[in-house]
Amino acid sequence: MFEPIRLIGEAALRALARLGQATLFIVQVIAGIPPLLRRFSLVITQLYEVGVLSIAIIAVSALAVGMVLGLQMFYTLRDFGSEQILGQVVALSLVRELGPVLTGLLFAGRAGSALTAEIGLMKATEQLSSMEMMAVDPIKRVVAPRFLAGILSMPLLAAMFSAVGIIGGYLVGVGMLGVDSGAFWSLMQANVDFYDDILNGMIKSLVFGIIITWIAVFEGYDAKPTAEGVSRATMRTVVHSAFAVLAFDFILTALMFGGS
Amino acid sequence: MSSNVLLTIKGLHFSYGRRAIADGIDIEVERGKITTIMGPSGTGKTTLLRMIGGQVAPHRGDIVFDGESIPALGKAQLLETRKSMGLLFQASALFTGLSVYDNVAFPIREHTKLSERMVRHLVLSKLEAVGLRGAAELMPAELSGGMARRVALARAVALDPRLMMYDEPFVGQDPITMGVITRLIKLLNDSLGLTSIIVSHDVHEVMAISDYVYLISAGKVIASGTPQQLQQSDSPWAQQFLRAEPDGPVSFQYPALDYKKDLFGLAKS
Repeated sequence: MFEPIRLIGEAALRALARLGQATLFIVQVIAGIPPLLRRFSLVITQLYEVGVLSIAIIAVSALAVGMVLGLQMFYTLRDFGSEQILGQVVALSLVRELGPVLTGLLFAGRAGSALTAEIGLMKATEQLSSMEMMAVDPIKRVVAPRFLAGILSMPLLAAMFSAVGIIGGYLVGVGMLGVDSGAFWSLMQANVDFYDDILNGMIKSLVFGIIITWIAVFEGYDAKPTAEGVSRATMRTVVHSAFAVLAFDFILTALMFGGS
Repeated sequence: MSSNVLLTIKGLHFSYGRRAIADGIDIEVERGKITTIMGPSGTGKTTLLRMIGGQVAPHRGDIVFDGESIPALGKAQLLETRKSMGLLFQASALFTGLSVYDNVAFPIREHTKLSERMVRHLVLSKLEAVGLRGAAELMPAELSGGMARRVALARAVALDPRLMMYDEPFVGQDPITMGVITRLIKLLNDSLGLTSIIVSHDVHEVMAISDYVYLISAGKVIASGTPQQLQQSDSPWAQQFLRAEPDGPVSFQYPALDYKKDLFGLAKS
């Protein structure tokens, strides 16, 4: 009878212990960031791997999402005769919610999984161990630049997602369905606030970037040094990141937009 | 003992769960000499090297490298001490994202502020020493196992360490490569003035170049001496190992139930 309770307790304790491990790990990683400022080339390489190489999937997805959003919103708004506010609706949905959240999910799948697999394989093939023996701290040399690059990339990718998404909405709304171009842009400009909407969206994406990259580098560094170990760690990165993004999105939305 | 000893291991204890890896091991490594630690696979020889490098802490006992106790060092001091150690990993452990040249240049670029011109001189001279200067631009994936090990060797000696450790350098190599690596270990040791520790169970190769050999089994030093002394040792265990006899004090069978009982027991269930 007590068995289920015991199992829940055990799982909770294990999760807490892992969170503790991950926290201790990230403290070491953060301590490794200041020295990177003198060797920023390490971060630039990773910005390319993590950020630039994610642009294609982000841009294509954003265009598709923006176009569908424009299409769906147009038919709903037309019933109320207010299709002129299409620009505002598309922009607010993207900037506040869809931009950061979908970028987060795509980023976890594209960059997070790659980071985990790379670090995990470096561990499995003893590259991290050999680095230690060469008196180089792998947390500073391998993990910290990737972590910083992930954090810097996410807000930029999310901003790009929103921008491309709005263009998608414009192409469908104005180009195909005949919404007035002037109304599309001017109502958007009038009703999207820089601080309340754009900045809050950027903060969201920054938080998601920290969480996803943290999960990715920790899972990689902590992976069992075997083929299954790395595969499981990669899977966990994507799954945990997705849950974390959705959970934090709810919390942040409640905090940011709940009062207004 | 005399100051001629670079590394001393005293009363070392370490175990994985209930399996003892080291159960009171004492080893001394003299400067300039090639010391070999031999034993059957699975006796924790690699763990022993990791303890010398400070990657694994012993449960009891001390490891003194050039007057410094390795287990007592802090992280920063340990990193500093490791600059004078080189370790050749069994799996070579080259950085797969870097070319052969950049792999060898890695420790030099990390720890010195030398100009790229100087780095190039050093890298090419190390690669020349292992006979792979011509492979400088290749990626690790394009190398054979033997070549990868030689590149890893060039990288391990890039900063001219005082102590060079080899973890099973001959495993999985063809006879020619084995000969090349044997010769290289001896050559590097003598020409660069290194001190070398080889962990291996390839009796023939190792006996040819070692100055002193320790035989380890079940966490204890079973026999030690110069290769000549060991050949004449009257320890049955040492004789079984050195002559590669399948049965003796070390049983061919992993401990198990009685064969007959096991078979019939299985049939019943």
